[in-house]
Amino acid sequence: MAQTVAPPTATTPAVPAKLPLREIAPWAVFFGILMLVLLYFVGAEQGATSVFNGTDVHEWVHDARHLLGFPCH
Amino acid sequence: MNSATVRNLLVRGMLAGLAAGVLALVAAYLLGESSVDKAIAFEDAHSHEHEMEVVSRSLQSTAGLATGVLVYGVAFGGIAALAYCFALGRVGRFGPRATALLLSGCALLTVYVVPFLKYPANPPSVGDPDTIGKRTTLYFLMMLLSVLLAVAATIVGKRLAPSLGTWWATVVAVAAFAVVIGLAYAFLPAVDEVPKDFPAALLWRFRLSALAVQAVLWGGFGLLFGELAERLLKPAPAGAETGHAVPAAR
Repeated sequence: MAQTVAPPTATTPAVPAKLPLREIAPWAVFFGILMLVLLYFVGAEQGATSVFNGTDVHEWVHDARHLLGFPCH
Repeated sequence: MNSATVRNLLVRGMLAGLAAGVLALVAAYLLGESSVDKAIAFEDAHSHEHEMEVVSRSLQSTAGLATGVLVYGVAFGGIAALAYCFALGRVGRFGPRATALLLSGCALLTVYVVPFLKYPANPPSVGDPDTIGKRTTLYFLMMLLSVLLAVAATIVGKRLAPSLGTWWATVVAVAAFAVVIGLAYAFLPAVDEVPKDFPAALLWRFRLSALAVQAVLWGGFGLLFGELAERLLKPAPAGAETGHAVPAAR
């Protein structure tokens, strides 16, 4: 698909402009890590490893953990 | 296009993830909970010690399930939105909405289906508590491997496209992904901890419902986020860069 730019018609939607990588990077790093922490608490906390003592987090999200496919116990 | 676009897409991704999480929650409650209850009944009938209930079953199957599924939806919605920012305009001739649905489909496959085929979801009473560390590591490893390989395959596909053409570049990239995943399946240790007399039909129903939850989540996310992204991005390119009239929405 080198230089074959067909004139846009009703059937060929315009390709959206790229977002510059340096604009995305800070958001991706900060929110990427934040989202992974959330996933950790839903998927693994008080199972294989624990940040907090006890089993409250594990027991609270127990059904979600099973039905979302995470190893539970 | 500036960083406000990234922020707006991220917010919309998390909102679409929340909404898709609500749909997935309905699916999980209606399709999955009966299997969970039956599996727990099996567990109670076969274990001698009775554990004290920390959280009651009625809370686990409603508020607890909702917490887990909604947080999962928001978190993956945010991650998918960030991936979308990278993918937009870089993966081929796809508009904002089509890119969103394509990304969602790939996410369902790489984040869930590929790890699921090797380490499927298990109902209560399937799985030895002593191996939880090993099983968790293997599951997350499989997930990470699958996502990284999918990204690599996409980049390889893009590189090959000028010489092979888009069609064959895609075929080669997907085939390479499948071969490496196949090797991972073959060499990573198997996990088989289903109790001897656990009903096979119950296990099958539970796993199908777990798969359905993910299909609803990612299908819903792709459609919702695609619509939000389309509305956000459509007016901008019209006058700015391309200079072409934007075709009427279909």
